Amino acid sequence: MPETPAIRTEKLHKRFGELSAVEELNLEIPAGELFGLVGSDGAGKSTTLRMLTGIMDPTAGEVRVLGGDMRRADEALRSKIGYMSQRFGLYPDLTVQENLRFYADIQMIPRRGRDARIDELLEFGKLTPFRDRPAGKLSGGMKQKLGLACALVHRPRVLFLDEPTNGVDPVSRRDFWRILYGLLAEGVTVFVATAYLDEAERCGRVGLMHRGRLLACDTPRNLKRMVKGGVLELATPDPRHAVRVLSGAFPGGSVVLFGEKLHLFAADPGAAESKARSVLEAEGLEVAVRPVPPTLEDLLVSLLREQP
Amino acid sequence: MKLKRVRAIAHKEFLHVLRDWRSLGIGIAIPVLMLFLFGYALTLDVDRVPLVVWDQSATPQSRTLVDAFNASRYFTMLPAVADYREVERAIASRRAEIALVIPVDFAGKVAAGRGAAVQAILDGSDSNVASFALGYAEEVVGGYSQKVTVELTRRLGLPAVSGALLKVEPRVWFNTDMESRNYIFPGLIAIVMMVIAALLTSLTFAREWEVGTMEQLIATPVTGGELILGKLIPYFAIGMFDLVLSVLVAEFVFRIPMRGELWLVFASSSIFMVGALSLGMLISIVTKSQFLASQIALVATMLPAFLLSGFVFPIANMPYPIQVFTHIITARYFVVLLRGIYLKGLGLGHLYGETLFLAAFAVLILALSHVKFKKKIV
Repeated sequence: MPETPAIRTEKLHKRFGELSAVEELNLEIPAGELFGLVGSDGAGKSTTLRMLTGIMDPTAGEVRVLGGDMRRADEALRSKIGYMSQRFGLYPDLTVQENLRFYADIQMIPRRGRDARIDELLEFGKLTPFRDRPAGKLSGGMKQKLGLACALVHRPRVLFLDEPTNGVDPVSRRDFWRILYGLLAEGVTVFVATAYLDEAERCGRVGLMHRGRLLACDTPRNLKRMVKGGVLELATPDPRHAVRVLSGAFPGGSVVLFGEKLHLFAADPGAAESKARSVLEAEGLEVAVRPVPPTLEDLLVSLLREQP
Repeated sequence: MKLKRVRAIAHKEFLHVLRDWRSLGIGIAIPVLMLFLFGYALTLDVDRVPLVVWDQSATPQSRTLVDAFNASRYFTMLPAVADYREVERAIASRRAEIALVIPVDFAGKVAAGRGAAVQAILDGSDSNVASFALGYAEEVVGGYSQKVTVELTRRLGLPAVSGALLKVEPRVWFNTDMESRNYIFPGLIAIVMMVIAALLTSLTFAREWEVGTMEQLIATPVTGGELILGKLIPYFAIGMFDLVLSVLVAEFVFRIPMRGELWLVFASSSIFMVGALSLGMLISIVTKSQFLASQIALVATMLPAFLLSGFVFPIANMPYPIQVFTHIITARYFVVLLRGIYLKGLGLGHLYGETLFLAAFAVLILALSHVKFKKKIV
């Protein structure tokens, strides 16, 4: 018999009145995986997480975590999951330590060993010097690390994180991911929703979500292979003007501004390169072209282009 | 139901209260303020009514009557006046609440044993004081009239009549001096308990939903029952603290007689407290908004407790439909309980009905809260 997946959804739907927040979501995440759910704001990531953690009922479909139905999750099942909501969900008037102790007691961590576990988590998140500071007075990064610590206090088997590094400084972000990798080594399943594609690259598998639908779901490497044809990176002195010019020559949104450079998606990169050169040179724009390996962002852009 | 979790929630909630001056203010400052404000200001006794006299008769007979008013503790005599304009001015400016005009022919009629009239002019804009003043004036005049009658019959050599033929001999029980404060204060304790209890808890659940901590909390194994009970405990403690405060103020500041047993006050208050706290909690659970919850809690507790509990306004005087409605106002029963214990020294034998109702209400509201609280985001 195959091992029960850590997370499994089948035809998961969530409607808010007329609006479909999540549609036909089928996921299967084996135990021990680091899974990233990627999408822009309003893609349905938070709604998905809320259904996965059992705090919101789906309109239709099934959601199982560790084999248990999350719609009717009992105490035992809930004590095996950890959840960190997108909004800071801790008590701002309680200190770092008081927040941790509260969650430890709610999770029935025995008195003996509780404070040792809290010390360990504080150390892990480099929060030890701030243990007596009210949570509301922490910086953004420290707040998120405290949120993570509270979600981890009971050593959950499955951890759900909703945009945990939103508005977090790069150093804290690195700390954060170090902790997540540590959890993977312990066999914890981690499900993280994020809007950052560079974070998605760090995940074992990634689901790309758009307007409530899962567009693609695979390892970052396989996802990037899904980009049809090739990606050309174009460097010109006036990228904004170049986009306008090229959009005429390459219709269908295959030219996208990436920072100060342009990405051109093409089924036949060779033909596209010469066409782009001639169009831009006619406008008097110099251009340097090189093929680049596609990123997840390229995939997302090319997938969105195919959306109605 | 895990005790450890209930304790953790109660502890956390205690910390919230201790660190939030608003909660402390509602929990302690408002009750103290209400007790003193109402304790001193809310008295229905009408005492020392300012009286102005225009004695047109100016005879020994009329002076005896004026002296009788002077001797009464219900009146304070203002300097005498000598015409209607001054009477009018005194009443209009509210210097006097009542004016007494003794007509020129007063002495003659009294001496002749014919009926004599004196005029009382009252300020009807304060009808409560006016009716009390009139009652007191009639009493004084009645006493004088009786004395005159007795004298007259003796002078005429008729068989002595000792006073009036029919007379009510009043014996006031429980509050012998009919001090309105004695009657108001136990009720006031009930009002204070009701208002602060519902206000305090009306914030708890709504705050967690608003701040976003509820989303985090409902993902844990904590149950609705544990949350409700855990949140009840600290506010119950505050309520009991306020009760101790109230009892002390009643005893040492206002000297309210305590004829019953103190433990009964605490026992019945505990039951009432649980009901009132749960009501606030239910409002908080249903509205999920601190502002809305506190407004509803105020309207749902303060107004009915104040107006419909019989605390000041007698229920028997209300229109019938409103009288029926007062039966669902818990404060009504608690007011009866506290007055019964304080003034009448009643025991459970007389008060079990009210106690049972309060207990039933508490259980009902707790159960409703439990049903209404969903560990889900909708």
